[in-house]
Amino acid sequence: MMLALLIVILMAGGLTALLAGKWNKSFPRWIALISSTAGFLILLLFWIDQHQVVQVSSDQNWLVQYQKDWILSFGITFHLAIDGLSLLLLVLTFFMGILAVLCSWEEIRERTGFYYFNLLWILAGVAGVFMAMDLFLFYFFWEVMLIPMYFLIGIWGSENRVYAAYKFFIFTQASGLLMFLAILGLYFIHGNNTGVYTFSYVELTGTVIPSQVAIWLMMGFMVAFAVKLPVVPFHTWLPDAHGEAPTAGSLILAGLLLKTGAYGMLRFVIPLFPEAARQVAVPAMVLGVAGIVYGALLAYSQTDLKRLVAFTSVSHMGFVLMGIFAFNELALQGVVMQIVTHAISTGALFILAGMIKERLHTRDMNLMGGLWTQMPRLGTIGMVFAMASLGLPGLGSFIAEFLILLGAFHAHFWITVVAASGLIFSAVYSLRIVQKIFLGPEKGAGHIPDFSRREMVIMAALTVSIVWLGLYPQPVINTAKPAVVRLVQLLQPDSDIKSEQSYVR
Amino acid sequence: MSDNDFYALMPLLLLAGASVLVMLLIVARLSHRIIQIVSLALFIVSFSSLVYMRDLLPYPIDPLFVIDDFGVFMIGLIIFSGLVVNVLSYIYFEEKEEGPKEYYVLLFLCTLGACVLAVSGHFVSLFLGLEILTVGLYALIAYLRKRKHSIEAGIKYLILAAFSSAFLLFGMALIYLQTGTMGFSEMAGALADVATIPPLFLMGLGLMLVGAGFKLAVVPFHMWTADVYQGAPVPVTAFIATASKGGVVAVLLRFFVAIDGFRFAGLVFLLICIAIASMIVGNLLALRQKNLKRILAYSSIAHLGYLLVAFIPGSPMVPQAVSFYLLAYFVTTLAAFGVVAVLSDRESDAEELVRYKALFWKHPVLACILSSALLSLAGIPLTAGFTGKFYILATSLRSGFWLLGIVLVASSVIGLYYYLRVITVMFSGINDHVPEPEEKHPLFFGISMGVLSVLTVLVIWLGVFPDGVISFVQQFRLR
Repeated sequence: MMLALLIVILMAGGLTALLAGKWNKSFPRWIALISSTAGFLILLLFWIDQHQVVQVSSDQNWLVQYQKDWILSFGITFHLAIDGLSLLLLVLTFFMGILAVLCSWEEIRERTGFYYFNLLWILAGVAGVFMAMDLFLFYFFWEVMLIPMYFLIGIWGSENRVYAAYKFFIFTQASGLLMFLAILGLYFIHGNNTGVYTFSYVELTGTVIPSQVAIWLMMGFMVAFAVKLPVVPFHTWLPDAHGEAPTAGSLILAGLLLKTGAYGMLRFVIPLFPEAARQVAVPAMVLGVAGIVYGALLAYSQTDLKRLVAFTSVSHMGFVLMGIFAFNELALQGVVMQIVTHAISTGALFILAGMIKERLHTRDMNLMGGLWTQMPRLGTIGMVFAMASLGLPGLGSFIAEFLILLGAFHAHFWITVVAASGLIFSAVYSLRIVQKIFLGPEKGAGHIPDFSRREMVIMAALTVSIVWLGLYPQPVINTAKPAVVRLVQLLQPDSDIKSEQSYVR
Repeated sequence: MSDNDFYALMPLLLLAGASVLVMLLIVARLSHRIIQIVSLALFIVSFSSLVYMRDLLPYPIDPLFVIDDFGVFMIGLIIFSGLVVNVLSYIYFEEKEEGPKEYYVLLFLCTLGACVLAVSGHFVSLFLGLEILTVGLYALIAYLRKRKHSIEAGIKYLILAAFSSAFLLFGMALIYLQTGTMGFSEMAGALADVATIPPLFLMGLGLMLVGAGFKLAVVPFHMWTADVYQGAPVPVTAFIATASKGGVVAVLLRFFVAIDGFRFAGLVFLLICIAIASMIVGNLLALRQKNLKRILAYSSIAHLGYLLVAFIPGSPMVPQAVSFYLLAYFVTTLAAFGVVAVLSDRESDAEELVRYKALFWKHPVLACILSSALLSLAGIPLTAGFTGKFYILATSLRSGFWLLGIVLVASSVIGLYYYLRVITVMFSGINDHVPEPEEKHPLFFGISMGVLSVLTVLVIWLGVFPDGVISFVQQFRLR
C-alpha cells in the first residue's frame, strides 16, 4: 500500500499544483515541496524501521509489495515491489525531487502550475520505474516520465530548447519502443512455453529462451537502457538535453533519468537473460571504457559549463556500464554507490551551474573567472563537488569508482587499466572547472550576491550526503547487498559467494 | 417481416427516418438551431436503440444482413461519430455563408450508409451501403461551394470514388462469375474445398481491394486524401476520417473472415505490402506538412496501415484488435478534429499550424484536448492510442508477423516527430493578451466543449483502464 501511496502522492500533488496555479503563483511550489517531502519522509521512516530486515532478506523476498489486477485479459497486473536496491533509488528519487523543487523556487516564475505538475509527474514516473514488477507496468512508467520531461525542456529550457526536447524525446521513445517489442517477444515465448500469458517479472525470469532469440530480445532491452544511461554511441541527446533544460530538469535528468538505465540493466537485463548478458560482457565493458575516456575528453573541450558537466556524466556512466558487466559483487556494489554518488555530485554541479547562470546570465566559461573573491561560499562548494567529481578520497565518488575498478580488475585486466586512466582525465577536467570559474582574474563587473539561505540549505544537504557517503558508505552497501548477491548468484551459480563477502562485509 | 427483424433493423430504420424527418423540418422553415437540436436528439435515439438489440444477437436477416455483436459495435461507433460530428457542426456552419440545414439530411444518409456497410453480409447490401455513403459525401465535401478548395476536393473525391466503385463492381461481378453467389457465407461454401485460389476469383478480389483501398486511403490509393481532408469542411473531414473508413473496414473484415481469405498466401502478401507502404509513406509524407488537416490526413493513412497489421494475421484475435483500435482511433480523431472545428472562424478553418501558436496559454483546455489526442495518435501510454497499438502488436507478434511489428514501431517513431511538432507549436510563443472575441453561441460552444471533454476522458480512460472494453470486444466472433 505504501508503494502505491508514493505514486499517488506525486500524481495527486501534480494535479493539485496544476489547478492551484490558476489562482496563485506560489501555491504550486509549496504543494510540490510538501508532496515530495512527504514521500521522502515515508521512505526514510520505512528504511530506518526495516534496516535490520533489509540486510538479511534473501531470495525473491521483497521488502514490501502491492499487487492489484489491472488488465486481466492480457495478464497485466499492477504489481509494485521493492528490495534494497529499489529502496535506495526511491530514497534518491525523493531526495532529488525535494532539491529540484527548491532549486526552481525562484528560477521559475512563468506558468508555475504546469511546471510543478510536470516535475511531480516525472518523479512519479521514475518512482514507478523503480518499483514496477510487471513488465507492461514498467514500460508504462518508463513512458510516463518522458512526456513531462519533454515539456520541461521544451517550455522552460534555454535558447535551443525545442531542438533539445525533440532529440531527447525521439531518442528515448524510439529505443523504448524497441524494448516494448522485446517485452512482447518475451511475453509470447513464455506464453507458448507454459500456456500462461503474463507480464509478471517474477514469472518471466524463469523463461527458457532459445539462445539465438535471447540475444535479440536482450538487445531490445539493452538499447533502451543504453540510450538512457547513456552508452557512448547513443549519448548524443544527453549534452543537448542537459545543456538546454532548466536547472531542475538537468538535476533530474542527471540524478534520476540516467539511473533508470542502470537500474534497468541490473533489474531486467541480467536476471532475464543471464546467458546472453554473459556473451556480451566484454563488448559492453569496452563500450563502458570508451564512454569513460570519450566523455572525459569531450568534457575537457567544452566551454559551456552545463555541457561540460553533461559530458562528465557520460564518463561516469561508463564506470557504471563497466561495473555492471564485470559481474562480481565488488563491482556491482560499486555500481550502486556510483549511481547514488553521481546523482549527488553531478546534481550539485548542475545546481551550481544554474546558480551561476542566474547571476551572470551565461553558461560560457570564457566569460567567467575569479568568482571566488565575490562568492566565497559558492567557490568553496564548487571546489568540494569538483573534487567529488574527480574522485577524491573522503568523498562518495571515490568509494564508488574504487570499488568498480577493483571488481572489474577481477573480470578483465586490460580494460580496467584503461578505465583507471579515467581518473586522471577526470582530475584534468574537474580542475579546469575550478580554475576557469573560481580562480583567475575577475571578468564580470559589479556586485554578485553570494548564496541565499535557500541555496545554502540545498548545498548543505548535498555536501553532507556526499561526505557521509565518502566516510561511512556501509548503510548503502548493506541495503543493496541482498539484491547484489542475488545477481551474482544468478550469473555464477557455482561460485562461492562467501569467499568474496570478506571484501564487502 | 417479423417483429424481431424490425427490432434488429431499428437503428438503420431510425437513421433513414431521421433524414426524412429533418427534410420535413426544413420545409417547415424551422431555424438552424431547432434542426440541430432535433437531429442531435435523433442521433441519441438511434444510438440508444442499440441497447435493446443485445438479446437478439446474433441475428441474420437473410440474405442481406448479418446483425451480430461486432456489427452492432461498429454501428454504435459510427452513430457515435455521426453524433459528435453533428454537435460540432452547429458552431462551424452557423458562421458560414451557406445555408446549413440540408447538411443534416446528408449527414444522416451518410451515417446510414456506413451502418449498412457494417452489417452487410452480401454484395448487394455492401454496394448499396457504399453508394449511399459515397453519394452523400460528394455533396458534403463540396458543401461550402463558394470556396475553391472545397470544389477541388469535391470533384477529386467524386471522380476517384466513382472510379473505385467501378473497380469494386467489376470485382464483384468476377467473383460472382466464379462462385455463382453474392452472399459471403455461400461464397465461403463454394471456396471451402479449393486449395489454391481460382484465378478469376483472385482477379475479382484484387479489383475489390483496389476499390476498398481507395475508400480506406491506403497506399498506393491515397492520393486524394490530403486534398480532400483539407478542402472539406472540418466536421465532414472528421466524418470521412472516422465513420466512412470504419464502415469499409468492418465489411472488409467480415468478408475476409467469411471466405477465410487469410489462407491464400498471395493475398496476404499483397496486404502486407499495402500495410507496410501505408505506414511508411503516410508517416513520411506528414513530416513536412504545415497544415494540421493535411497532417491528420497523412497520419490517417499511417493509421489505416497499422489497422491492416492487426487485420493480416487472420487469428481469432483479429476482430477484437480491429474493434478496439477503431474505437481508440475514432475517439482520438474526433477529439482532434473537434478542436480544429471549434477554433475555426468565419473566413477560414484553423488549419495552418501558425494559428496554434501559444494555444496552451490562450485556450489551455482546448490545447490539452488536442495534445492528448495527438499523443494518443502517436501511441504514448496513458492514452487510448497506446492500448490500441499494444493490441495490434500483440495480435501480429502472436502469429509471428515480426516484420510488420518492427515496421509499425519504426514508422511510429517517425510519426512522433510531427505530432510533437504540433504540440511544440502550441506551447511556443507567448500569450499576446489579445482579448478573445466573445463566444457567439455560448450554448453550443458549451455543448461542444462538453463533448470534447468527454472524448478526452475516454481517450485517457481507454489508456488507463482498458480492461472493461477489452473483455467486451473479446466476445466478438465473426464465424
